Amino acid sequence: MRVLSLGRWLRAGRVPPREPASRPSGHRHSGHRPQGPPQQKVSVEVLEHLEHLALVDFRDSEGVERLQKAIQFADQLHEVNTDGVEPMDSVLEDRCLYLREDDVTEGNCTKELLENARETVEEYFVAPPGNIPLVKLEGQKTFLQGSK
Amino acid sequence: MLRSSLRQVSAALKEGRVTPTELCQRCLALIKSTKFLNAYITVTEETALKQAEESEKRRKRGQPLGILDGIPIAVKDNFNTAGIETTCASNMLKGYISPYNATVVQKLLDQGAVLLGKTNLDEFAMGSGSTDGVFGPVRNPWSYSKQYKEKSVPKSHSEDEEYNWVITGGSSGGSAAAVSSFTCFAALGSDTGGSTRNPAAHCGVVGLKPTYGLISRHGLIPLVNSMDVPGILTRCVDDAAVLLGSLAGHDPKDSTTIQDDFKPFELPDLPDVSKLSIGIPKEYHAPGLSSEILSLWSKAADLFKNAGAKVVEVSLPHTRYSIVCYHVLCTAEVASNMARFDGLEYGHRSDVKDSTESMYAATRREGFNDVVRGRILSGNYFLLKQNYEKYFVKAQKVRRLIANDFGKVFGSGVDILLTPTTLSDAVPYTEFIQEDNRTRSAQDDILTQAANMAGLPAINVPTALSERGLPVGLQFIGRSFQEKQLLTVAKWFEKQVQFPVIQLEEAERHDNGVFQHQKSASFS
Repeated sequence: MRVLSLGRWLRAGRVPPREPASRPSGHRHSGHRPQGPPQQKVSVEVLEHLEHLALVDFRDSEGVERLQKAIQFADQLHEVNTDGVEPMDSVLEDRCLYLREDDVTEGNCTKELLENARETVEEYFVAPPGNIPLVKLEGQKTFLQGSK
Repeated sequence: MLRSSLRQVSAALKEGRVTPTELCQRCLALIKSTKFLNAYITVTEETALKQAEESEKRRKRGQPLGILDGIPIAVKDNFNTAGIETTCASNMLKGYISPYNATVVQKLLDQGAVLLGKTNLDEFAMGSGSTDGVFGPVRNPWSYSKQYKEKSVPKSHSEDEEYNWVITGGSSGGSAAAVSSFTCFAALGSDTGGSTRNPAAHCGVVGLKPTYGLISRHGLIPLVNSMDVPGILTRCVDDAAVLLGSLAGHDPKDSTTIQDDFKPFELPDLPDVSKLSIGIPKEYHAPGLSSEILSLWSKAADLFKNAGAKVVEVSLPHTRYSIVCYHVLCTAEVASNMARFDGLEYGHRSDVKDSTESMYAATRREGFNDVVRGRILSGNYFLLKQNYEKYFVKAQKVRRLIANDFGKVFGSGVDILLTPTTLSDAVPYTEFIQEDNRTRSAQDDILTQAANMAGLPAINVPTALSERGLPVGLQFIGRSFQEKQLLTVAKWFEKQVQFPVIQLEEAERHDNGVFQHQKSASFS
């Protein structure tokens, strides 16, 4: 079979050694070393704030480790020079979003919608009382609280 | 007959060589025999048979709804299906019965398709192995194929065979396994970072990711609103074109679908690629790409050149950042999208009653697995006021750079890009789970993700078997909304490579040999 002379890289058949996903392999754009700023540990305040915002907890140190790694991974973005580049929200940005006429075309499905909820009273979804700050019960102390 | 293509079986239905009920029953029986694959979460036996009966009545009257009337299909479990449990393989939605059909599901049902069941996936479609759902991992049917068994080192007893099974890839692994093991003729998946093309490559089926905005996402439980698309999995490119024709088009319920008219098309019988320009992006020679796939990629490029196409090397310089960019944007959108799961209106609800927030926190703690929670927390971190510009907006800017890369390449006269789909063939499950979900996703999505960033259509075409007897596929990426050209090239390529049919004992037992003569034509 005739080998295509597309480039030495394609014919070589040698695979470069696999680099771990988190280490950048020297993108030449920004001109500085691809090491990034020294890794800062996320403070306990931020971690608690995150737990409160997300209403999910880290569960254990592995969860926090995961976040640290995620941040470290994301730091690679800073190597790219994005001066003068506009952020992109959507690939369809040069089109107009479809807006339909303000006519009622469907609805009246109260029964179906209520069926999936566990606690309802007549046509209401029932929630426990609001305006109470999230306080951890004794048994539910998260890892963070325990580590303070 | 179960091993024939969708168009072939549709012709058989039309000519009365088989009835929809027979076909449905055979598929259901095969699903039972292949239960060990764990491809299906819910099998809707009763409703499927009812739908098949209706289809039979219509066909007897000579009034079929179309080419899909009576064809058994499967749908990934993150599409809403009225009256059928939709779980997203998560504890959060276990027992959730959707009150409505996703638009794509509705379209299929309106054309008479028979819904066999909901397929397994990674929890909330987050993952690249279909191993992280609460219903367990999906096994690749090729693990049980003659081709794979022949190449494995013979073990002393069959128990070790259990250890050797390979993953399907993800996250639409269940759908890919269902199509690959002949239990259905087409399946719906979803594609956010390669979730349709990755399992398609590992399971040896065609996986199409349409252009963003072509097919409605209404009813698809969202992961990343700006990148999700419903994906199509079939056994051949022509079938993918049929499915695309039935699903594409503007949907008033999804304002991110484009309003242009979509005309369903048929692909030419003898596609011609001699006038095309094929681009080979050099950055897709990623670290870790197996030498087998590299050589297949090179041979494929030769095939095109020998056919008269212009094959050029191109550059997409920001490819290496697509995974990082995806990581930030995905987690940010996930953090937002998962906020709807609070236990109040649907889904799992914790018993904690002290306050709204504590109930929400407990519900989410109980309902989500580590992967989902990890992404929610990371996403919230990147969206914090102090990090918003640094991470989220920065990622959006990098996204534009990636999309521009493609724009430049297509603008310079290249019609289609040819790249590998995965870095290697499917790995054994025991090996796959040694790394965590995020690492695996970062490694495996590297070749497929950029197409989602830019919203471009892409397709995986099964190419050849690896040395271990497992499928390897190659990916074609096309211009926005140019699916016809993309599928034409894919069809031409498919004809050239003649990918072998999987030799699966269970399927052979269930088949009556009606289409035996077809089988010999496609053996490589």
